[in-house]
This record gives sequence, structure tokens and C-alpha cells, in this order.
Amino acid sequence: MDFGATLLPILASGLAVGAIYALIGVTYNTMYSTSRVMSFTSGQLGMLGGVLGSLFILRLGMPLIVGFVLTIMACAIVGVVTEFIAVRPVLKSLDQHLYVLSTLALALMIQQFTAIEWSTEPQPFPRLFGLGSGSFDEKFWLPVAACAFTIGALELMQRHTLVGRAFLAVSEDNFAARSLGLPERNLRIASYALAGAIGGLAGFAGGELMLAFFANGGQYNFYGFVPVALGGLGNNRGSIVGGLALGLFQQAANFLVGGVFASVAVFIAFIIVLLAAPQGLFGTSTARRV
Amino acid sequence: MTVETTTSVTGLRNRPFGAARSERWSQLAPYAALAAIAAVLPWIGNEYWAVIGTRAAIYWVLVAGLNLIVGFAGQLAIGYVALLTLGAYTTSVLVAGNVIPAVPLPLAFGAATVIGAVFGLVVGLPALRLRTFYFAMSTLGFATIVTQIALAWKSVTGGGIGIVAPEFPAPFNTPWGFYGFCLIVAAIATWMSANVAHSRFGRALVAIRDAEVAAEANGISKVQFLVPVFLLGGAMAGIAGGLFATLQTYVTPDAFTFDLSVLFFIAILIGGRGSILGPLLGTILLTILPEFAAPLAAWSTFLYAVLLLVIVLAVPGGIADLIDFKNRRPLTDAREIQPQPALLSRVIARQPGSQPLSLRNVVLAFGGVRALDGLDLDVQPGRVHGLIGPNGSGKTTALNVISGYYAPQNGSVALGGATLELGHPESRASHGIARTFQTPRIVGEASVLENVMIGATVTGRATFLETLLALPRRATDERVLKAKATAALTAVGLETLADIRANRLQHSELRFVEIARALMLSPAFLLLDEPAAGLSADEIDRLGSLITEISRQGTGVLLVEHHADLIFAICERVTVLNLGRVLAEGAAAEIRVHKEVVSAYLGA
Repeated sequence: MDFGATLLPILASGLAVGAIYALIGVTYNTMYSTSRVMSFTSGQLGMLGGVLGSLFILRLGMPLIVGFVLTIMACAIVGVVTEFIAVRPVLKSLDQHLYVLSTLALALMIQQFTAIEWSTEPQPFPRLFGLGSGSFDEKFWLPVAACAFTIGALELMQRHTLVGRAFLAVSEDNFAARSLGLPERNLRIASYALAGAIGGLAGFAGGELMLAFFANGGQYNFYGFVPVALGGLGNNRGSIVGGLALGLFQQAANFLVGGVFASVAVFIAFIIVLLAAPQGLFGTSTARRV
Repeated sequence: MTVETTTSVTGLRNRPFGAARSERWSQLAPYAALAAIAAVLPWIGNEYWAVIGTRAAIYWVLVAGLNLIVGFAGQLAIGYVALLTLGAYTTSVLVAGNVIPAVPLPLAFGAATVIGAVFGLVVGLPALRLRTFYFAMSTLGFATIVTQIALAWKSVTGGGIGIVAPEFPAPFNTPWGFYGFCLIVAAIATWMSANVAHSRFGRALVAIRDAEVAAEANGISKVQFLVPVFLLGGAMAGIAGGLFATLQTYVTPDAFTFDLSVLFFIAILIGGRGSILGPLLGTILLTILPEFAAPLAAWSTFLYAVLLLVIVLAVPGGIADLIDFKNRRPLTDAREIQPQPALLSRVIARQPGSQPLSLRNVVLAFGGVRALDGLDLDVQPGRVHGLIGPNGSGKTTALNVISGYYAPQNGSVALGGATLELGHPESRASHGIARTFQTPRIVGEASVLENVMIGATVTGRATFLETLLALPRRATDERVLKAKATAALTAVGLETLADIRANRLQHSELRFVEIARALMLSPAFLLLDEPAAGLSADEIDRLGSLITEISRQGTGVLLVEHHADLIFAICERVTVLNLGRVLAEGAAAEIRVHKEVVSAYLGA
């Protein structure tokens, strides 16, 4: 196989989309860790990262850094809105899985609003730094860099800050954390804001590659969930490994046999792996209460 | 203890005799009204109305099947538009003959039915093993892929340009003719889904939704009950897809937007879970609604989403809850549970067995904690065996090992000569092992009678296909189960509450409902997990005589209980556990004065 012409583009685009999927997976996990809820808004946050970046920088002509900060802040707010509207009201009856419907409804509202008010066609995303070309173009390595940065920051936060440890405590045992006097509700809101920022970052960093397109939300929802399912719920490392592997697999299939078969292959692999290992490849099963 | 034989007068008997028939008519009346409206539509409306009516009927063919999956079984299949797409392309491609030589229309519909069923099952597979969200995702992913394939596989589907849909022969080739045809299909779909809903299959699905643990204890395995429903739902969606194609006259991928999935879903939720009439009304409503809100057409999906959110947050019960007048009637406050143990022989009616239920050297550790540490236990048929001990001594864990929720690391559970499979709760019912739970596990939205009928799910004889087509064995099953459930409810003293929704009952009443449900199996062994918790002193007395009489009918009872009085009043043998081991075992009288037991547990 010709390295420069085939393998390198596969690696570059595979790692790039893989990093985006991984970050969306981390978004799912971050929301899940404090609320035990998987939210359909995760993928929409990635979509918003691209659309808002394009809106602020290209359409409104803001400087790069201002546009970036505003995008991340807006996505963090959408994360908090998710918690308020779609998660908190149904937390009491978690076993009825109403959150699937409430977050789906909110995700659809975000997507449709974007389609109508922004555009139903993919719109260009600004070139951020103008670095690199070919397979080393920034559009390929920016998502990877964003992913590395996020993982590093999350690890540092969990190990060295009080808030990070509080997150861990709540995700480990909600009731125990509350009885220790941890402000469980505020931590949950904070984790949704954090998740929003991570999702926004994923979409922003991947904007040059995926463009500012309302339908990206649905794609991110599914492909971002695959690494979560494969890696085990709440397991960030599993999501990163799963996301990158998914990206490489998908892009390789894309280059070699075409996009549709790539999607079919991913779907079949998803179903088979889940049936074989319901807890994910890196997850652990929990004892059930009778 | 005296055996109560008085028939209770609780003031709830406000239905005159013969009300059953009029109730049946009042249940059918709304459907008759809808049919009448549908029948007069051609005389009062124009052909545009024919199209809308046809669309509603086609949507309902799909929703009727999906309703069993979403509304009854509680499985959140959100990408069902994909199966509609598959059905539409299957009939169109086969009739057009651009892959294989053209096939006649009925055969194409047959193929759409089969393909719909197969993919309905494929998409449903994750639901058999995984948590709800995974299933939602897999259906969503499937919906995405089907649209992509429809776009890309140009040689077959015509890509974005599309393909001509099959035309129906006369007299169904006019708008009103096709309308009539679709109405007939919709009526058949309603009838079939009602047949399933009001059978042991429908009740089992609701049990899987609302009381999964109890469902397993009653022998309801997800695979056995969900697979046929996935097949049925897929098949109906495939047929709906074929009809939808003909209605559109031309099939393109953009006719199958995700909006449709949301519409189907909301129709069910608006209608209310576990109802057929509700989702039917919901489907009609959502099909007609956009016709009145034409200026908002661009925002329709957005508005559907808002509607979905509002329903989930504000009226989770849906239309069905709003029109459920029967359950608005207040219940009498001062009601007493008056069991009639003398009537138990009608329910249990079993040949007293001679085989004991025995545990040998059972070891079960959770991490480092040995919850059961080499437990031996023998429960004899026709006897009441008490299992007592301090909190955390392993009583409930032992029950959970017997009923298969926990698989011990070592040891065996045997019923007579047969060794029971470890860790398969859904296999226990067929061995005649029934149980109740510390916290009653009841389907709150079903009536008390339906809850009790769930107990005998495994004894039903009609297969899914027979049930679907209302063949004679379905009616026999229903009659037998209903009679037995009524007898069981009478025996435990709750017959006056039979038609009441279970979540309106008091805690103590639910305990007796669980016992009635367990008796439906005519169990060889009955495991009771703290049945007296939360009961008044009088109720405990009556419970005691009920349990005694159950054992006299030949059923072996294993009773986990903290009320020492009850234990020593009715148990012949008692096993005392401490730290997962047997501290003492013997006749009740011996245990009562056993030194170690008194000091470790009973107190002086």
C-alpha cells in the first residue's frame, strides 16, 4: 500500500474524526457521571460548536479568540439548560427512562432551530491558524490536540482539585457523597456546563473538517455514543480508545470500500460487540438489586 | 387462630351483576364511533380528506405494532421510520422489477412483511440484553444508515431521484378506493394488537416494562416475549411502508425524515402507555394537526419535539389516563383484607409432592463478603419452614439463590432429583417455585386482577400466533386464567379490588396481591420474603392462617420473617442463619429455647 497516498490520509482523517467522536463520548460520560443520564444533546453540542464558531467568526466577523470563548460559553449554557429542562425533572423516576425522551426532545428542538435559523446546507467554517497542509493540515490535528488537551485537563482536575475529587465522589456514589455534605445538585449543574464546553470544543476543533452543518448533531450522537458503549459507561479512557479506533476503522472503510458500507460496517460491529460484551470492552458489570 | 370465612362487605361492590357485558360494550364503543366516522367520510369530505384519512390509517398500521413495543413493553424504539422506509422500497423495487423480474403486488407485500419482521428483530436484538438507551441508539443508528443506503444505492433505489411506487388494481386505484383498503388493513391491525394486548403476552410485556424482576420470577423471559413482538412490529411497519409508497406514488429518501419517527413515538406517548385506544386517537390527531397549522409547516418537527417534552414532563399518563374515569372513583378508606383460606383448595389443587427443595453447601461472596458461607437447607413439601436471623445474615440472599437471581460460586440447588440451573430466575416458575418480594413488585398501571394473572403466564397454552389471530385456545387461556385469578384474589381477601388499578392500593394490600400472584402457579414451593412487614397485628394473624392453609394444600413454604411470633406460631421447622451459616436448625419449639439463638437473635 502506498503510504503517502493511502495510509497517511486514512490515518490523518481517521484520527481526526476519531478524536471528535472520542470528545463527544467524553461529553456523554461527563453528564452521565453526576446524573446517570445519557443525553441526546451531547451530539448537538458538537454540532453547535461548529455552527456557533462559524456564526461568530465568519458571519459576525469577531476575532478568533472572542469567537472561541463565546462558542464554548454558549455551549456550556446549553449544557446547563439540558440539566434544567430535560434532566432534573425526570431524575426522580430514573428507572422509567423518561430522560431518553426528554433529552431527545430537547436535542430535536436544538437541531430544528439550527436548521431553520442557520441553514439546512453545510456552511464554511473559518480557517483558524492556517497551519500545515495535506495530511498534516490543521483541520486534521486540531481535533486530536483538543482531545489530548481535554483528557489532560480532566485528569489534572480530578487528581489535584477539590472540585475534581467531588465529581469523582458523586459519580462513585451519589447518596454517600450527599451525606458527606457535597452540594450534589450544584456539582451536577457544573458537570453539565463542563460537558457542554467539551462538546462545544469538539465541534469547534472539528469545524474545519466537518463544517458548520445542522445535521452533524445526529451523526455525532450516534458515532459519539459508539465509543461510550464499547468502552463502558462513564469510562473516559475507554471512550478515547474506542473513539480513535472507530474513527480509523470508519475512515479506512470509507477510503477502501465507500461511505455507505463504512456506516453499515460500523453499525454491525456496534451491535455485535454490544451483544457479546454488554458492559463494554472496558466496563465492569454491577451486581443487581433484587 | 381462627379461619375467617365471612365474605367481606367493604362498600366497593357498587357494580351490579351483569356489568361485565355492558363494560365490554363501553370498551368497544369508541372504536365503533371511529369506524362510523371513517365510514361516512367519503360522503362528507373531498378527495383531499381521503388522502389524509389514508395517511392516518397507514400510520396507525405501523403505530399499532410499535405500540406493543413502546407502550406495552416499554422499549424505546425511536428510529422506526427506517422500517417504514424498508417496506416502501421493498414493494416499489420488487414491483418495478429493476433488480429481479417484476413480481405481483401481493407477493411484493409479502416480501415487505418478511423484510420488515427480520429487520424489526435485528434492530430489537440489543434490547434483549442491554439497557434502554442502547436500544434507542441502535434504532436511531439504523434509521441513519437506511436513509444513507437509500440515497447511495442508486441502481436499486434510484438514489435521490427515487422510484415509482406500485399502483393498486381497481377498485383500489382511486383515492377513496385506496382509503377503504387502508382502513381495512388498519382495522385488522387494531384487532391483532388488541388480541395480543389482552392476553398473557400483553400482560407479560407490561410486566417486563414495569416490574422486570417480578416478571422473571413469574417465568417471563425477555427473549421469549419480546422477540415475537419485534417480529410483529417490524412486519406491520413493513406493510405500512408498502401502503405508504403507494400513497406517495413516488418514493424518495426525503419522504422518510426523522420527523415521522418522532410522530409515531409521540402518538403513542400522547395516547398513553399500555392503551390501544389512546395511541389510535393520538395517531389521528397528529396526522390531522398539521393540516390546521399550515403556516407553521417548517416548524412542525420543532413543535413535535416541544410536544414530546411537554408530555413527558407534564402528562406522562397521556390521553388514556385522562379518559380513565373508572379509576377516579374514590376507594373506601376503611377496607379490611379478609382472606378466605378455606377457598385455597380451588386455587392450588395440586398433588402433594414428596420431593424436598434442598440447598447444599451454597457459597456466595460479594467481593470479600461471604454472604452465604456453605449453606445447607431442606424445605419439605407441605410444611412451613421459617428462615430467621439477624440483618445481613443471608436470608434474602438465600431466597435469591433459590429463585435464581444470584448465581452462587459454589454449591447446588435441587428440587427432588432435579438440579436447578444457577442464576436463571426465569426458569423457576416452570419448576413450580414462586415467590414474593420484600418490597412488593407490582405493575402499578395494571388492574389488580391483571397483576394476579401475570403469575400464571407460563401455564398459558396459546402460542403467540394463536393469540394474534384469536384462535380458540387464546379465549380458553383467558377464561381459565381469569377464573383462577379471581379465585386466588378471593382466597387472599381482595376480590372486591380486582378491577382497581394496582398503584391505588395500600402497601399491605399489595403484599396480599403478591401472594395471590404467586399462588397462580399452584406452586410446589412458595418463598415469602418478609410478608408481614408493614401489616397490622390483625392482618398478621390472618396472614398466618392463610400461610398455614397454603402449606396444607401441599405447597412447601419458605418464610423469611422478623416477626418471631408469626414464625413460631406457624412454622414446623426453623433454620436460623448467622453470617451466612446455619446457626441452628430444628423443630420450632427447640429453636425457641436454643441458647445461642436466644442470645444472638431472639433475646431473652
